[in-house]
Amino acid sequence: MRFHHATLDNGLEVIAELNDDAHSIAAGFFVKAGSRDESPELAGVSHFLEHMTFKGTARRDALAVNKDFDRVGAKHNAQTSEEDTFYHFTCLPEYLPRAFDVLADILRPTLRDDDFETEKKVIIEEILMYMDNPMSVAYEAAKAAHFGGHPLGNSILGTVDSITAMKADDMRSYFASRYSPANIVLGFAGKGEWDQLLELAADRCRDWTGVHPARDARPVRGRRAFEAILREDDLQQTIVGVADGPPLESDDRYAAHLLATILGDHTSSHLYWALVDPGHADGAEISYQDYNQAGGFYTFLSCEPDDVDDNLERVAEVCRGVMEKGVTERELAQARNKVLARSVIRGERPMGRLASLGFHWAYRRAYLPIERELEAFSGVSVDQIGRLVREWPLWPMTIASVGPTTEVQPPK
Amino acid sequence: MPAPTATIQQHEYPNGLVLVAETMPGVQSASFTLLVPAGAAYEAAEGLDVGGGAATMLCEWITRGAGDRDSRELLNALDDLGVSHSESAQTVHAGFSAATLGANLIPALEIFADIVLRPRFDEEEVEPIRSLCLQNLRSLEDDPGSKVIYELRRRHFPEPWGRPSPGNPEDVARITPESLRSFHRAAYRPNGAILGVAGAIDWPRLRDAVGALFGGWERRPEPRLSERPAGPRIDHIARETQQIQIAMAAPAATVAGPDYYRARAAVAILGGYSSARLFTEVRERRGLCYSVYASYEGQRERGAMLSYAGTSTERAQETLDVMLAEFRRLADGGVDLEELDTMRAGLKSSLIMAQESSMSRSSALASDWYFLGRVRPLDEISAAMDALTPESVSSYARTLLKPGELTILTLGPTPLDVKLPA
Repeated sequence: MRFHHATLDNGLEVIAELNDDAHSIAAGFFVKAGSRDESPELAGVSHFLEHMTFKGTARRDALAVNKDFDRVGAKHNAQTSEEDTFYHFTCLPEYLPRAFDVLADILRPTLRDDDFETEKKVIIEEILMYMDNPMSVAYEAAKAAHFGGHPLGNSILGTVDSITAMKADDMRSYFASRYSPANIVLGFAGKGEWDQLLELAADRCRDWTGVHPARDARPVRGRRAFEAILREDDLQQTIVGVADGPPLESDDRYAAHLLATILGDHTSSHLYWALVDPGHADGAEISYQDYNQAGGFYTFLSCEPDDVDDNLERVAEVCRGVMEKGVTERELAQARNKVLARSVIRGERPMGRLASLGFHWAYRRAYLPIERELEAFSGVSVDQIGRLVREWPLWPMTIASVGPTTEVQPPK
Repeated sequence: MPAPTATIQQHEYPNGLVLVAETMPGVQSASFTLLVPAGAAYEAAEGLDVGGGAATMLCEWITRGAGDRDSRELLNALDDLGVSHSESAQTVHAGFSAATLGANLIPALEIFADIVLRPRFDEEEVEPIRSLCLQNLRSLEDDPGSKVIYELRRRHFPEPWGRPSPGNPEDVARITPESLRSFHRAAYRPNGAILGVAGAIDWPRLRDAVGALFGGWERRPEPRLSERPAGPRIDHIARETQQIQIAMAAPAATVAGPDYYRARAAVAILGGYSSARLFTEVRERRGLCYSVYASYEGQRERGAMLSYAGTSTERAQETLDVMLAEFRRLADGGVDLEELDTMRAGLKSSLIMAQESSMSRSSALASDWYFLGRVRPLDEISAAMDALTPESVSSYARTLLKPGELTILTLGPTPLDVKLPA
C-alpha cells in the first residue's frame, strides 16, 4: 500500500491509496454538502443536485454520461447523506482515464431547466417509494424529532412540496456555494500510478473555482422526544430510537462503534438475545452514526403492534443494564473480532477502502491505513466503554413509532 | 506485469458432496458458500408435504444449537472467530455462507458441519422461531417492493419452483417440530450439496478437513418433486400504497443451454445498467419512476427475465406501456453493436472485480457447479461474450419476449390495463 496526497492550486485535495495486488481502481469525489447544509425552503436540494449532476454537462447530455461510464464497464453511483454527497465509480485500471473524465465532468453540471423539471418527477417518485417503506418513515421521523429544529434533523430527500416548489436557480446558487474545490476531496483506491492520477486530476479539475463555504456545525444535543405516526394498513409496528453519541471529532467513536456492536449487532448482541432470539421482534438492532459535532446511537425495532410497550421495556433494560454494569472483557473481545474481520473483508475491495479513506480525510485531514484502524479498535478498553455510557446515556432516547397503533408508551 | 492468477480445484467425496475452491492471491480473507438442496421447493416433495415456510424455519432451528454447543455458545464461537455469516433458505437451496480471515476458515467450517449434520433440535426453540417467521411474513406484507417479486415468481415459475421461501402464515402457524425433523432427514443430504470456498486457502489442508468434517454425512435418495402449472399470468394485488409496483417475467434460456450468453446479453441491454433501454426510456427521458430494471434468473430447468418498476398511480399506466413497448422494440428491432460492446464491457469488468471478493467468488463457484457441474474459467466466459454478434443476440431477442408467455403482476391501489401486443 502506498499513500499519496496533494493539493491543487484551487484547493482541491487529492489522495490515493495504491495497491498493486488490486484488480480494479475506485475513484470518488467527497463533497461536503448534505441535508444539514440546507435551508427549510431548499429541503432536499443536496440530493436532488446529486441526481442533476448525472443529467448533463457542457460536453455530455444525460444519455452520454451513462453511456460513457457503461462503455468502459465502470460501476458508478452516488449517494447523499446528512453531511456529504459522494460520487464514485470502480473500473479496471486501463479504463481509469476514460471513466474519470466522466466523473470529473459531471461535477460541473449544466443544470438545464428542462432536465430539472424531468428529474423533479424522479425525485418525487423516490420520495413516494420511501413513503411505502415503514422503516424509512420511522427513521426520518426519529431524526426530525430528535434534532428538533437543528438541520441534522432535515430530511435528505425533502418533501413532495419542497421539491415541487424548488427552482433551478435556487439549485444553481446552492451548487455555487457548496461545490467549490476547497470543499471537495478527490480520492483513489486500488491499482494505479500516482503520477498519472495526479496529472489527470489536475488536468480535469484545475479550472474549478468557487468560494470555500462554512458549515454551521455547532455541537448539538437531541431532545429525547416521542412521536407516533399512524399507518393503519401496516401489519407490523416499526420503531426508530435515537440517543446522542460522540461526534466524529471524538476519539471515542471506535468505542461507540464497538458498543453498538455489543448491544445491537444483527446477530448475537444483547438486543438479539433479548428480542429476536425469543421471537418477540423480527428485527432489533443498534448502530452508531457520527456527524460533524454530533453523533447518535440509532435503535431499529420491528414487532407486532401489541408487543411494542413490552419490547420497548426490553430495549430500555438492555440500555440501563449497560449503563449500570458496563460491558465484559469477553463481549468486547467478540465485538472487536467481528468488527476487525469485517474491516479487513470490506477493505479487500477498492471501493470499500475508498469510502473510509475519503471520509476520514475530508473530516480529519489524516490518512488512516487499515492497520491503524484495526489498532484503534484493538485499543478500546472496557473502562473506556464504561466512561462512554456515562457520558452518553443510551436511555431515555427519542422514539418514533410508525404503524397501526399510536397507543405506545415508552418506559421512563 | 499481469497479476498472479487464481487457481481453481475441485474434489468429489464418496458421499457425493462436491468441494470447489479457488486460491485468490493477495487476499487475507476466506469465504465459503454451502448449498444444500433443501430449499422451499422441497417442502412440496412427495411424501413430505411439510408446508410453506418449513425450509426457512428449519434453517433457523439448526443454527440454534448444534454439536457440543447450545444456541448462545454457537453464535459466540462464530463471533470469537470473527465470522460474518448468513443462513437462509431460497427456492432450491438452503444456503450457508460465511466470510472470515483465512486462518479461521477451517474452525468456521467445523461449526457449520455441526449445524448441518448435528443440530440439537431443542424443542423450546420452535415457538420463538415460529413467532419470528410469522413476523417476517407480516413485515413482508409491509414491504411492497419485495412482496411483488415473491408473488411474481410464484405466478411465473411452475410450482414448486416459484415457492416463496418465507412461506405463508397458515402453514407457518401449524408446522410441527416433528415435520421439521423429517424434512431435515429427507432433504439435508450430501449428494447434491456443493461447498464453494475462495480466498486465502491451503488446498490440500482444506480438502482433507472437509473430508473429515463432512465425510460421515450419509447419502439420501433425492426427494421427488412434481411440477404443477402456476399462474395466473395477469394479476393484480390491491394495496393502499403510494406507488404501484409493476413486475413482469418471461421465460429465458437456461444457464447450461446453448443460448445462455445470448439471453444474458439481451436482458442486460434491456435493463441491466444505467444506459440500458428501460432506464433510459422510462426514467431518464420520461421521469416516470426512480427504480426500473430487468434481470436474469437461472434455474436448472428454466431461466427467466424479470423486470420491475415502482411508480405513482397516475404514472403507472404509462410506465407499463413504455416497458411493454421496449420489450417489443427489443424483440422486433434487435440490438446494435454499440449496445453489445457496452454490455460486454460491463460484464467483463464485473467478472474481474469479483476476483477481489472472496465472498462473491465462493458463491459463484458453488453456483457454477450447481448449473454446469464445473466452473467456467474467466477466459471461456470472455470468449463466449466476444463471439456474440448483434445478429445472434437479436435473433434470440425475437424468441425471448412472446406476449403470450409474459407474466405480469401489479400491486397497488388500482389495476392497470395490460395491453399486450398481438
